[in-house]
Amino acid sequence: MTVKKLAKNDFDSFIDAIIQSKKVYGPQVKGEKYDFAQLNAAQDLCMDYDVSLLPPTKYFLPVRETLMTFEVGGGYTSQQDEEPFVLVGVHPYDLVAINQMDILFSQDNYDSHYMTRRKHATIVACDVVTPSANVFASSMGTAVVKEGADVLVTDIGDGYLLEAMTDKGAILLASATRATEADASDMQKRQAVRDVNQKSLNKHELKCDSAYLPKLLSQAYDHSVWEEMAETCFACGSCNVVCPTCYCFDVKDDVNWDMASGKRERCVDGCLLDGFTKVAGDHEFRKVQAHRFRHRLFRKAKYVPAKIGGQIACVGCGRCVSACLPNIANPVTIYNKLLDDLGMS
Amino acid sequence: MCDCCTESKKDIYLPQMATVTDTRLMNETEMYLKLTMDDGPFDFQPGHFVELSIAGIGEAPFTIASSPTQKGGFEVVVRRIGNVSNAIHALKAGSKIGVRGPLGDGLYPVQEAKGKNVLFVCGGIGLVPQRAFINYVLDNRSEYGEVAILMGTKNYDQRFFQEELAGWANRDDITFVETLDTGDPRWEGRVGVVTTLIEGVKDLLGNAVVPVCGPPIMYKFVLMTLEEYHVPHDRIYLNLERKMKCGVGKCGHCQINDLYCCMDGPVLKYSDLAAVPEAI
Repeated sequence: MTVKKLAKNDFDSFIDAIIQSKKVYGPQVKGEKYDFAQLNAAQDLCMDYDVSLLPPTKYFLPVRETLMTFEVGGGYTSQQDEEPFVLVGVHPYDLVAINQMDILFSQDNYDSHYMTRRKHATIVACDVVTPSANVFASSMGTAVVKEGADVLVTDIGDGYLLEAMTDKGAILLASATRATEADASDMQKRQAVRDVNQKSLNKHELKCDSAYLPKLLSQAYDHSVWEEMAETCFACGSCNVVCPTCYCFDVKDDVNWDMASGKRERCVDGCLLDGFTKVAGDHEFRKVQAHRFRHRLFRKAKYVPAKIGGQIACVGCGRCVSACLPNIANPVTIYNKLLDDLGMS
Repeated sequence: MCDCCTESKKDIYLPQMATVTDTRLMNETEMYLKLTMDDGPFDFQPGHFVELSIAGIGEAPFTIASSPTQKGGFEVVVRRIGNVSNAIHALKAGSKIGVRGPLGDGLYPVQEAKGKNVLFVCGGIGLVPQRAFINYVLDNRSEYGEVAILMGTKNYDQRFFQEELAGWANRDDITFVETLDTGDPRWEGRVGVVTTLIEGVKDLLGNAVVPVCGPPIMYKFVLMTLEEYHVPHDRIYLNLERKMKCGVGKCGHCQINDLYCCMDGPVLKYSDLAAVPEAI
């Protein structure tokens, strides 16, 4: 598909026009940081943000959502969110995470709640302009993407290049009436941005190809690193909550004030939390903190990859690194230590 | 994202309604319930579990306690121990209950065990899931070899299904041995943990499939004893308990290393657990 070019103020008009007809979410200033929120006007959109506090996967697997309503003692009614929306400003690493979640929620048992939202979404991804303090997407091969969004936007300085990657994206771009065709020099500038990002979104450098991680972990189950790192772990679950590929959840019933009806809700849960594996009778299967710490890393680079064709389920966003108070969550630190101790084989 | 795959809007988390047709309190904590789905067929195999749902309280997993060879609904046994199970204990014949299932892909080896001996090792409430397979075997008795059932219970008051166990003890085509962990003036049978019963049936181990279900602590000791008799690991089936919250391989709570108890189990072959240290 052809690549179009929009001047920056025309891009704002393009977004403002979409806001008139659909809900639009995008990265905005939140205190000294950024987070995705509903956009009221394009001027609030920060296409040059570094990283959002929470990943945009929250629009498909919300922090809290109603799965169904019920009558006490009676039947259940499924609740599906079918409102179309546009998600603007998704960075490549977060896009990779969304595409991984798409596989996980559609394969084996099709999760209609996630997938209904996903099907009603149009995703406008954008190449990173400002690397965040802890990003390591270059190490994970997620710094740039060629697919997975509906539209891909790149800031080339004197404007934005917009590429429709799907039919849905082409329909959206058709409303950008002031767009011109990108010329060869524009395309060169776009390539230059990507060439830089490919290498420079790398505040923590993994000392091996990320594809080697499952093999590395298969030799590292009993390594002392888990005990050592987990020694100062608060079991707060912050690393879980901010992670774009953490999708564990809990389900709870909430009875309405009338005591006759209510809703069954799904909410975010985290495998680092004490009690995550506890069953009735107080038996807890993963009671040791170091084992829960290990489980998170194994899920990212061994267990989940086996379910999604080998893709590593850590996209290098660096959010866990920033969120962790005792500074033990950095996956690169752990993988590199294992590489130093175990070598490559 | 591909728009061409228009999956049905079936909601995998939505319970179907069932009616309780019979209940019986079996001891202080265990309640037997018979359920019939209000709509449509309910085809299950020994090893399948269901998520039982009480609106306003929540959902919890329970393995089906009856064999599909016995028609007219299915049975569960619920120990009163948490919010959902306490609410289930308040149900009576005629009550409605939400059911999701049957769930689980790792089931009892009803076909593979044909022509072989079967040794059931049951600890306490572990009898419940095993009962589905036991009754399946008893209803197809001629298709299996020697059958032995070893049952261990903590104390006299926690025994349940007493009449059914007495029926098994009286059959001459199976071996049934029961023991209590702690003795009791009302108990004239054996005293000791369930593993002490294995020696008595060692002659049938050579060709036996061994399904095991009991409290978490029991598995290690049963496996150690079976190891002494050189029972091949691919003939030992462990029915494992985990927090199977969603039951459909998404929520992550029941994960045992890379396995999902709800999807790969709940019945798992011991030989498949060599690289799964969290299993036992």
